Amino acid sequence: MTDFTAEVQGVTKRYGETEAVRGVDLTLAPGECVAMVGHNGAGKSSLIKLMLGLTTPTEGRIRVLGGDPASAACSPIRRQIGFLPENVAFHPNMTGRETLDFYARLKGASRCDNDALFEKVGLEPAAIKRRVSTYSKGMRQRLALAQALLGGPKLLFLDEPTTGLDPALRQSFYAIVAELRDQGTTILLCSHALTELEGQADRVVVMNRGRKVADGSLATLRSLARLPVRIRLTLPTDDIDALAARVGEGAALTRLAGGVVELACANDDKVGLVRRIACESPAANIAIEDIEIVQPSLDEMYAHFLRREAAE
Amino acid sequence: MNTLLIIAGKELREATRNRWAVATTLLMAALALTLSFLGSVPTGTVGVGPVEVTIVSLSSLTIFLLPLIALLLSFDAVVGEIDRGTMTLLLSYPVARWQLLLGKFLGHAAVIALATVVGYGAAGVALAMGGTAIGPESWRAFAAMIGSSVMLGAAFTALGYLASTIVRDRGTAAGIAVAVWLCFVLLYDMALLGILASGSGLGVEALNWLLLANPADAYRLFNLTGFKGVSAFAGTAGLAAHVQLSVPLLLAVMAGWIATPLALAAALFSRKQI
Repeated sequence: MTDFTAEVQGVTKRYGETEAVRGVDLTLAPGECVAMVGHNGAGKSSLIKLMLGLTTPTEGRIRVLGGDPASAACSPIRRQIGFLPENVAFHPNMTGRETLDFYARLKGASRCDNDALFEKVGLEPAAIKRRVSTYSKGMRQRLALAQALLGGPKLLFLDEPTTGLDPALRQSFYAIVAELRDQGTTILLCSHALTELEGQADRVVVMNRGRKVADGSLATLRSLARLPVRIRLTLPTDDIDALAARVGEGAALTRLAGGVVELACANDDKVGLVRRIACESPAANIAIEDIEIVQPSLDEMYAHFLRREAAE
Repeated sequence: MNTLLIIAGKELREATRNRWAVATTLLMAALALTLSFLGSVPTGTVGVGPVEVTIVSLSSLTIFLLPLIALLLSFDAVVGEIDRGTMTLLLSYPVARWQLLLGKFLGHAAVIALATVVGYGAAGVALAMGGTAIGPESWRAFAAMIGSSVMLGAAFTALGYLASTIVRDRGTAAGIAVAVWLCFVLLYDMALLGILASGSGLGVEALNWLLLANPADAYRLFNLTGFKGVSAFAGTAGLAAHVQLSVPLLLAVMAGWIATPLALAAALFSRKQI
């Protein structure tokens, strides 16, 4: 019927008085990695639970892999879904291997692939034989990823997957995610660590207090947010008056530490401004040691969308 | 069916890892052996077999102990998994909620069954090696005692599951479990006795129904009145003549006490918002 892996239409979820999710529309296409960002309690986990069919929407409609995830006949759908929950917990008295075997059997996945999975997520053979209660946070997270990858899912929900992982682990984690996406897996990734999502996500969905505030690629969000681009110049002298005159009205000038001057301007003015500073009128050339252009980060854009939401 | 076995198997394995199963089995065996040795001492000339003595004392003890063990094992089953966060992940798998609940129950019931059969079986072996001749009728009664003990354990496990499904935190579930034990095992009989003693004119019919309304009483009646040799010794022969509750009815009632709380728990669990 549709080409979408998951479709959420006008979904609202109420827990008693509180509205966890309010009127959210969302579509996930095959081979897409979508990042969902938002505060604690913004409705990210609630939305994932709805898409997993753990809870049912108060209003609206959800279709995942062509069916209703909360219906009685959802087993074939669930077999194709991987889920890494926030604050993952395992039965502490089972070993890593037993845990993965148990989940593989539940999912009807072949257990022969388990060794390959352990290797993929980087769990050592010695660690697999130990009980989960002896695992560090990082090892538990790897085991959690391994169980999410069981049976080669078509749709993967990762809720705060990199909390507690060291930078090297995060890198390997995102390498696995990228590989899966290239194989056509749809990935929905929730995170607070916005900066690490840059370059990983095809699309970013910003959630705030249960509402979807923004949805689009990083470039789209950037042009929507109209946040200033910053140009950082390292000057050999303290003389910034000439520079200020050259810059003119179009940009705000701030002096930072270490002889660095920062110019903030609109994205469209960026190229013209750089040209004015560096290329024009060589007679009055300003000595510049270094130039750096800083695009607004995901963090800043996120803050911007939240501010806008609060203002409305 | 397969899913049920996978979950039950995991539960059983976890219980053995926890040493819960081992501890329970040892406790049951120790008590059963003690009672069977004590039972075989004074009987030589009285004309009552050592098995009958053991059945009476062991079933009286089982009524107190087994429900407690079953409730302790089960009150945490659902609410604990939700609390620890393992439930969310489990439910995201292709498992129906009733399968999860029933699978876990089967695992826990198997722990109880294992502990009872091995523990009481050890007493049976000790009796068999005691040298006194024991008739097949006595052995049947002994086997029936073990079987009904498993059912009693399963009934209170099911009640524990119900408690575990109703509430949202573990403390409350534990409280309910203790209350269930107190009510069914201690207070119920006292209240019944009080009503009878006050001469309120409670008919035999009503008494029969009230006894059936408690799995522990059904178990007691089954073991103390179900077999002639036992009831003669237990001093319940007179009662057995009056109580018109047949053995199949008592068994059906106990099965009902397993199935009803479990069905209720499954219905509640499938509606629960995790």
